[in-house]
Amino acid sequence: MSVHPLMQELAGLYSEERLLTRPGQLMAYESDALTAFQQRPAAVVLAESSEEVIETIRLCHAYDVPFVARGSGTSLSGGSLPIADGIVIALNRLDRILRLDPEERIAVVEPGVVNLKVSDAAKPHGLYYAPDPSSQSICTIGGNVAFNSGGAHCLKYGMTSNHVLGMTVVLPDGEIAELGSESLEGIGPDLPGFFVGSEGLFGVALEITLRLLPIPQSYRTVLAAYNSLHAAGDAVTAVVASGLLPGAIEIMDALAIKAAEVGAKAGYPTTPALLIVELEGEDSAVDAEFAQLMQIIEETAPVEVRIAQTADERARIWKGRKAAFSAVGRLAPDYIVQDGVVPRSRLGDALAEIDRLSDSYGIEVANVFHAGDGNLHPLILFDGREEGALERAEELAGEILELCVDLGGSITGEHGVGMEKLAFLPKMYGPTEMQAMEDVRRSVDGKSLANRGKMLPSGEAESLAHVGPHPLEKAGLIFRD
Amino acid sequence: MVEAVSTVAEIQEGVRTAGRVHVLGGGSKPALSTNCPASDALALNLSGLSGVVEYQADEYTFTARAGTPVADVEAMLAERGQYLPFDPPFAARGATLGGTVAAGLSGSGRYRYGGVRDFLIGMRFVDGRGQEVRGGGAVVKNAAGFDFPKLFVGSLGRLGVLTELTFKVFPQPPAFATVTADFDSLTDLLSSLHAVTGGQIDLHAVDFGPSDGGWTLWVRIGGLDATLEQRVQALRALVSAGENAPRSIDALLGRDEDDLWQQTRAMAWLPEDVGLVRVPLTPRRITALEEALSTGEGAARRYSVGGNLLWLGWPNGDATAGTPNLNDLLLSQDLRGIQLISPAQKHSPDDGKGPVLGKPLQNPFLRRVAASLDPAGKFGGY
Repeated sequence: MSVHPLMQELAGLYSEERLLTRPGQLMAYESDALTAFQQRPAAVVLAESSEEVIETIRLCHAYDVPFVARGSGTSLSGGSLPIADGIVIALNRLDRILRLDPEERIAVVEPGVVNLKVSDAAKPHGLYYAPDPSSQSICTIGGNVAFNSGGAHCLKYGMTSNHVLGMTVVLPDGEIAELGSESLEGIGPDLPGFFVGSEGLFGVALEITLRLLPIPQSYRTVLAAYNSLHAAGDAVTAVVASGLLPGAIEIMDALAIKAAEVGAKAGYPTTPALLIVELEGEDSAVDAEFAQLMQIIEETAPVEVRIAQTADERARIWKGRKAAFSAVGRLAPDYIVQDGVVPRSRLGDALAEIDRLSDSYGIEVANVFHAGDGNLHPLILFDGREEGALERAEELAGEILELCVDLGGSITGEHGVGMEKLAFLPKMYGPTEMQAMEDVRRSVDGKSLANRGKMLPSGEAESLAHVGPHPLEKAGLIFRD
Repeated sequence: MVEAVSTVAEIQEGVRTAGRVHVLGGGSKPALSTNCPASDALALNLSGLSGVVEYQADEYTFTARAGTPVADVEAMLAERGQYLPFDPPFAARGATLGGTVAAGLSGSGRYRYGGVRDFLIGMRFVDGRGQEVRGGGAVVKNAAGFDFPKLFVGSLGRLGVLTELTFKVFPQPPAFATVTADFDSLTDLLSSLHAVTGGQIDLHAVDFGPSDGGWTLWVRIGGLDATLEQRVQALRALVSAGENAPRSIDALLGRDEDDLWQQTRAMAWLPEDVGLVRVPLTPRRITALEEALSTGEGAARRYSVGGNLLWLGWPNGDATAGTPNLNDLLLSQDLRGIQLISPAQKHSPDDGKGPVLGKPLQNPFLRRVAASLDPAGKFGGY
C-alpha cells in the first residue's frame, strides 16, 4: 500500500500526536459552530510555529491539496468547515502574544491567541482590544481576522478590520507578504483592510498587529423594557437622531429574553422587547450624556428601566445578552443564527416581515440584534431529528437574507459568507462583481487551495465536481466510516 | 491629453481604448495629479462626475460621485449636524472625494474614530477591462465578499477608476475645545504625548510641531458644551503629567479654537513654494527621524494623529535628487513617504515609484491583486 507523498511529508514535519489522521481524531474537527454541516478532512495538523504553517501550505500547494486554517472553530457560517479530503491547519497552539507595547498602544499576536486574552494582557496598562464578538472568551484573533468579526460595540469603533494595523501573512502558495505597518496611517492600497474578512481565501495571517485603545473611564448601561419590538425600535431611532453616539445599542425579543433567562439567569424583565444602550467615556461626559439619554428613553414610554450602577450589574446585563445564542440551545434542539443587515430605519419593517415569515412557516424565531448598526441575528429554532426540519429552517433563513438584500442591506454583518451563505452572495452582488472577486482569488491563489468552497460559489462547484475516490483514499489514508 | 468626463460610460470608453490611463480630480495634490509618468497616457479629469446621489441622514450614510468636492459634502452634512470624522484635508483647495480616497488622506480628526479607510463603506470603480464593479455596500456593517473599498483607499489610481463612493458619517460633537502647550524640547513633548494619548480622555486630534525654539502640542476634545470646562481641566493636568511640565499651557474655545483647526486643515503652517510630503510613522520613530532631518536643509514639519503621521514641508523640488535626499533619508529610517505637492511641478520619468519615496510599495500580495484588476497594466501598476 502506497502512502500519499503529502502524508509522508507531513509525517516528516509533525510528530504522530500532532498529525491527526484516524477517524476518531478527526471527528472533533468535522464541523465548526455551524453544526448543520460536517465534513471529514484527510488530516489535521496541530501547528506550533509559523514555520510549520508555511511549510504545510507549501506542501499542500506542491501536491494540489486544499487546506483550511482553524482556530477555535466558532464560525457561525461554516467558515472553518474542513474541505473534503483536504488538510486542516489547527492554529490554537500559535497562541503567543509576541509583543505588547503600551506606549505605541499595539499588540503583536499569533493567530491562535484568544480574543479576550488580548484585552486581559493589555488591562494592566489601562488598554483593551475593542472588537468583542459574543464568543470572545474562546474565539481566536486569526478567525476574527479571516471573518472580520464584529460584536456589540461596532457602532462607535468598527469591526476587526478597523483595529488591525499590520500583518505578516502566508499566501496560498507559501510566499510571505508583509501588509500594513504599526502606524495608524499608511501609503498605498490598504492591504490589511483587504485581507481582513477574506475568509481564508487569501492565505493565513501568521502575525497580527492590533491597535489597542485606552479603557474607557466609565460605562453607563441602561436596560429598558418595552411592550413591543416596534416600540424598542422607535427608541433606537430616537437615540440615534439625538446625536448621541452610544458604544452599543442592542435589542432582544421575548424568546431571546426567555433563552437568556434559562441559559444565564440574566434576571431580565419578562417583556416583549428589551433595549440595551451603553454609553462610555470620561466620567463627566458620560454623566451629561446619560442625562440626555434618560430623557430620550423616558419619552419612548418604556415599561421598565434598569440602570447598571456597578461593574457587576453591567456584567450581568451583558452576560445575558452574550449568552443568548448558546442559551437558545435550551429552547430547541437545533438552531440557525442569521446575520443579515438592514438600514437602521428599516429595522421595524424587517422585524415585522420576519415575524410574518415565522408564522407562515410555523417555525419559532428568536431575535437578538445589534440595533445601532441594523445587524439582525434571527435565531431560527428547529429539531434536526424531524424529517425535513433543517431544510425548512434553511428555507426560512434564506427568505430572511433575501429580505435584507431587498431592503438595501447585506447578507452578513459579521459572521461572513462561509459555507452557509454561498448561494446568497450572488444575490447581493451581480455577475460582474462575482467574477471580479473570483478573478482576484484566482490571481492570489491560482489553484484555489485556500479554504476552497467558502465564500465564492465557483470554488464549491469545483469541489463538488471532484468525483470518485480521492488519491488519499485510494492510498488507504482516508476513511469514510 | 486630458479628457473631461462626466459619465461612467465615458470613463469605460476611455479605459477600453487607451493604452494608459491617468486620473485627475480637483488638482489639490498636484504632485499626484499633474505628475503623470507616461507621456502617452489618457488623463481623465473626473471633476465633472460630481454630485451627491443619496444622503440618508438617519442612516449616517451618503453616496456621491467620485468627482464631488469634499467641501460640498461637508456643507451638506453640517446642515444635519453631521460630519466626516476623519477630517479630510485639502477641502479648501478643491479636493474631491475620489482623490481623497485614492490618495488615502485623513486629517487630524482621524485620531478619534479612524481614517478614510474606516469611513468608506461602499464604492464603484471601473477596472482595467472597462467594467464597472461595485464593492462593499450601503449599510454601516457588512462582511460580505472581499472588501474592495478598503483596497482602494490609497490605491493612487493604479487599480481602477473610482466612480461612486458611499461613506459612513457621524453626528458632529456640539462643541470642541483645544489645549495647547509649549515645551522646551521634543523629549519633553513626547513624554507629555504618552501621558495624554495613554489616558482616558477621548481625544479628537493630537498634533504637534516645532515652534519658536521649542515644540507646541495641540490636543482637541469634543462633546456636550456643558462638560467641556471640566474636561479641559482634566486634560490640562494630563498634558502637564509628562516628565517636564510645559513652559506654558493654554486652552482655546469657540471661534479661536475653530480657526486653529481650519488653519491646520489648510496647512497654513506650510511655507509658500515648498513641497509637501506625507510620512506615516509611530511616535517612537520621531526622535531618530528628527535627528536625521536636522542634518539636511531646514524643513517645516507638522506631526499629526498623535505622532502617527508627519506632514513634511520639503524645500527641495526633487525629493529624489541631491545628497542627502529625502528618498534616501526615509529609506534609512525604514519609512515610506508620498509627495503630494511638489513646488517645481516636475514631470519625473516613469521609474515605477511615482510619487512614493523611501520604502517601495512592491508587495507580492498587491502584485497579484493588481494583476487581476488591471491585467494590461493600464493604470501603471505599482
